[in-house]
Amino acid sequence: MAGRRDGGDRADAAVQPDPVGALTARWAAAVAGTSYVPLPPDEVAELLRGLLHRLLAAVDEPPLRQASVGKQVGAALVDAHFTNPQSLSQTLCVLLDGRPAAGAAGGRGEPSGGGEVLPDPAPPDRRWNALVATVAEGFSAALQERALCEQEEILAAAAAAREQASEALHVSQERFRAVFEGATIGIGIGDLEGRILDVNPALMRLLGHPIEEFRRRSVQEFMHPADVEHVWRLYGELIRGERDHFRLEKQFLKSDGESVWTDLTVSLLRDGDGRPRYQLALIHDVTTLRHLRRQLEFEAQHDALTGLPNRRTFLAHLDAVFGQASPGARAGLCYLDLDGFKAVNDTLGHEVGDQLLVAVAQRLVSVVRDRGLSVARLGGDEFVVLVPGTSDSGQLVALAEEVLAAVAQPVQLGGRRVEITASVGVVERSIADIDPAELLRAADMTLYWAKADGRSQWALFEPERNAREITRYRLSSALPAALAGEDLRVHYQPLRRLADGRLHGVEALVRWEHPRMGLLGPGSFVGLAEESGMIVPLGRHVLRAACRQAFSWFGAGRSGPFVSVNLATRQLRDEHLVDDVRIALADSGLHPQQLQLEITESAVIGTDPLTGHTLDALAGMGVRLAIDDFGTGYSNLAYLRRLPLAELKLDGSFLRGLRSVDAADPVDVQLVGSIVSLAHLLGLTVTAEGVETQAQVTILRELDCDAGQGTYLGRPADPADLGRLLDPV
Amino acid sequence: MHRPSWVPAEVDLSRPSAARVYDYYLGGSHNLEVDRRMAREAISLWPDLPAIMQANRAFLRRAVRYLAGRGITQFLDIGSGIPTVGNVHEAAQQAHPGARVVYVDSDPVAVAHSRAILGGDEQTAVVHADLREAETVLEDPAVRATLDLDQPIAVLVVAVLHFVSEEDDPFGAVARIRDRLAPGSHLVLSHASDEGRPDAAASHRELYSRTPTPMTMRSRDEIARFFDGFELVDPGLVWLPLWRPDASDAAQHPERTTGFAGVGRRG
Ligand SMILES: C[S@@+](CC[C@H](N)C(=O)[O-])C[C@H]1O[C@@H](n2cnc3c(N)ncnc32)[C@H](O)[C@@H]1O
Repeated sequence: MAGRRDGGDRADAAVQPDPVGALTARWAAAVAGTSYVPLPPDEVAELLRGLLHRLLAAVDEPPLRQASVGKQVGAALVDAHFTNPQSLSQTLCVLLDGRPAAGAAGGRGEPSGGGEVLPDPAPPDRRWNALVATVAEGFSAALQERALCEQEEILAAAAAAREQASEALHVSQERFRAVFEGATIGIGIGDLEGRILDVNPALMRLLGHPIEEFRRRSVQEFMHPADVEHVWRLYGELIRGERDHFRLEKQFLKSDGESVWTDLTVSLLRDGDGRPRYQLALIHDVTTLRHLRRQLEFEAQHDALTGLPNRRTFLAHLDAVFGQASPGARAGLCYLDLDGFKAVNDTLGHEVGDQLLVAVAQRLVSVVRDRGLSVARLGGDEFVVLVPGTSDSGQLVALAEEVLAAVAQPVQLGGRRVEITASVGVVERSIADIDPAELLRAADMTLYWAKADGRSQWALFEPERNAREITRYRLSSALPAALAGEDLRVHYQPLRRLADGRLHGVEALVRWEHPRMGLLGPGSFVGLAEESGMIVPLGRHVLRAACRQAFSWFGAGRSGPFVSVNLATRQLRDEHLVDDVRIALADSGLHPQQLQLEITESAVIGTDPLTGHTLDALAGMGVRLAIDDFGTGYSNLAYLRRLPLAELKLDGSFLRGLRSVDAADPVDVQLVGSIVSLAHLLGLTVTAEGVETQAQVTILRELDCDAGQGTYLGRPADPADLGRLLDPV
Repeated sequence: MHRPSWVPAEVDLSRPSAARVYDYYLGGSHNLEVDRRMAREAISLWPDLPAIMQANRAFLRRAVRYLAGRGITQFLDIGSGIPTVGNVHEAAQQAHPGARVVYVDSDPVAVAHSRAILGGDEQTAVVHADLREAETVLEDPAVRATLDLDQPIAVLVVAVLHFVSEEDDPFGAVARIRDRLAPGSHLVLSHASDEGRPDAAASHRELYSRTPTPMTMRSRDEIARFFDGFELVDPGLVWLPLWRPDASDAAQHPERTTGFAGVGRRG
């Protein structure tokens, strides 16, 4: 509300003169900005107006009273934070201009201030000036007083802050002391010369020395005979300030001469400028921990039931033997398991089974211990003895025999006599030729051979047999993928009539184009396929391919060449065979009489009723049935009569004696001749297999044999060679 | 870096303190010869300083009155210094007799002084803590006993953030405080800037490097980042005297105050 007034306000002022208000305004304007702590303008005006009124009221009072009011007004300015010397000088300037003409008292004002101030300052207003002087006096006194108070306050605050800080420091020191004293971990502090300055009670208890003993000794005197050099190298680095801490496990000698294992951490303490000053050691007893750790390690490495090293330990041991072997060194394994252990478990219960394993383990240990060897349990009823540094397999075979004998001794278990035998696979190899995993696999494989030989047997590893089996295994497992992909091919070999050389038929022969092993004949994988059951889909595949191929060559017709497809025994037992054949014919369009199925003698000997039905059904459809490789089996002629056959394929072995016309073996000639006549008697055609020479052709023709098959008459070939196949020889 | 809070602070009276120097600028005698020596040197280099400090203090008062007028009754004054006059609690309690105020400062002497002055006032508390450890401030038992953080409060960081250098992450500290604030809370901030007087600022900064709280001047844009997550109330971030001046406050050359002030609201 109170703003600076200037001449422009004069008219208003003349109408309604307010000399006090005007002076207040001038005063406020004069001190504005001199307060260090700015107050809102309205508050300032309010204050000054009040002060002015008090002055006006006091100006005519007796001097003492007047002085007291003046001082109060000066002090009030200070209280309101007009503490700047300027505040006072401005105040004096304004007030000394003259007293406003308000109330009973007259006053002096500046001429330009307006009509409210008496125009002529005739006698100087001594009373007023004296009053204003007391204001200055009061101001100065209050200011000084205030400064002293504030100084006192700030010093008190500083003292209080210091006290607080030192209390906090004290508390934190006490806290540290309490931690130090009460810690269960041993703590020691030393200087960089290795003098021990302080240790806590836990460390005294740990090593059994009183504090004086520690203080007498240096850190270096805590060396333990078992310390590795490393420990003190780290210590040296720490002391030289090259590292800030290290931690390791170290033994200390206790006062009673015993050793204690500890976990030791030593840290370097630096001062504020980073210079190394002290060393701090934290030490705690890990003797029981180590014990426990060793026990856990033992448990991790040993089989809980028998206490023998477990598989993990054995493998580590095996790796170590291989890793440390000198070139040319050899090693061997006896790998054994119990024969029929599952039956023991099943009939006598697991408890007895476990007891038996423990008993066997003990016997094995007693056999190998004298040789300085150890036996490990790999799991279940499998045990293995590793023999490093062997010279030949004889040593291992002897060991295997001893092991078998030891196991075969009857065991007395809870009043019961239990007899058990084991089988042993023995491998003995040069370490350079094999790796640990291969050695173990070989032993496992050999054990399998031993088992196949019957109970209580050992078998010795044979690399060739192993290689064969590995190949077989690989082929057998790759077969499904080959069948699904394009790797199985069907090739065809011609069967030619001997009379005129024309085509009698073609035999479908499956081939496996193996990505790594090249083109494989049926001999290398059909047997595997039979074992695994893959033969059924494989046979179906060949059958369909052959029918389609034959149709594309021969078209459909009752007579003319046929395609001959081999049937495995297992296929013959497959209930879907007849349907498969029907579908293959239907899909290809081939006439049943253009299809011949070759079966082996062994497949039909002692035929079960189902096979008989199958053969009847196939023959009933019009499909030709042929006996393959005739003469290699029992050659029981009786069955030839019983079966609905169309052809006999004479095994190639009969033709060996017929290689040359002049030197033909008369017995063989006679034999073949008889078979051909017999076959013809039964209404069967005969195809001789394995025809390799013209002489054979000549002789066979003379013997009235219908057809021949063999390298001389045409090798098996890709169907793309169709043209040449159909040509007569 | 600053000392972790569990290490007791040392009281080193041989170095000037920002709080006491500030008191001297404001005409107070809560200061020691070291403080006055430094303040006199600063003023000789930069005669405007007392006026700047007054402008700052005036802004503080106007901002508190403004917020009190908007119903804010809880104030957290961080970097409160040595209460000279026109303190936050006086201004706030003038508007709301029940208003509660917590003063926080990292200067142990300022804290001790505040405690002496405020005595047993139930509605105020004084906490010795560091703005850089925002969590410590917010979790302080006295803060929790005095203020209800689930209700709107005003956080005052007036003339203090320029004492926190980048490496101590002042923006992070303010953001962590912000995240703890209830909607309707406010941030009151003033900050020294070298935008108004680039010539004088450098030597000034130099002087403050002698105190335990050296200065970091920031540009207006940088200062505005403290208000991330707040909505600036009118007139925004402006030179100190220009923030809602009282009717008669004449402001010539407001840029000479070299400080920006603003109030933000958390929605
Ligand atoms: C210039 S004063 C401001 C006082 C008051 N806020 C005002 O504007 O009137 C700055 C204060 O901040 C304090 N301070 C500086 N750095 C701080 C920090 N990191 N935490 C808390 N207070 C701090 C100083 O001790 C000093 O008291």
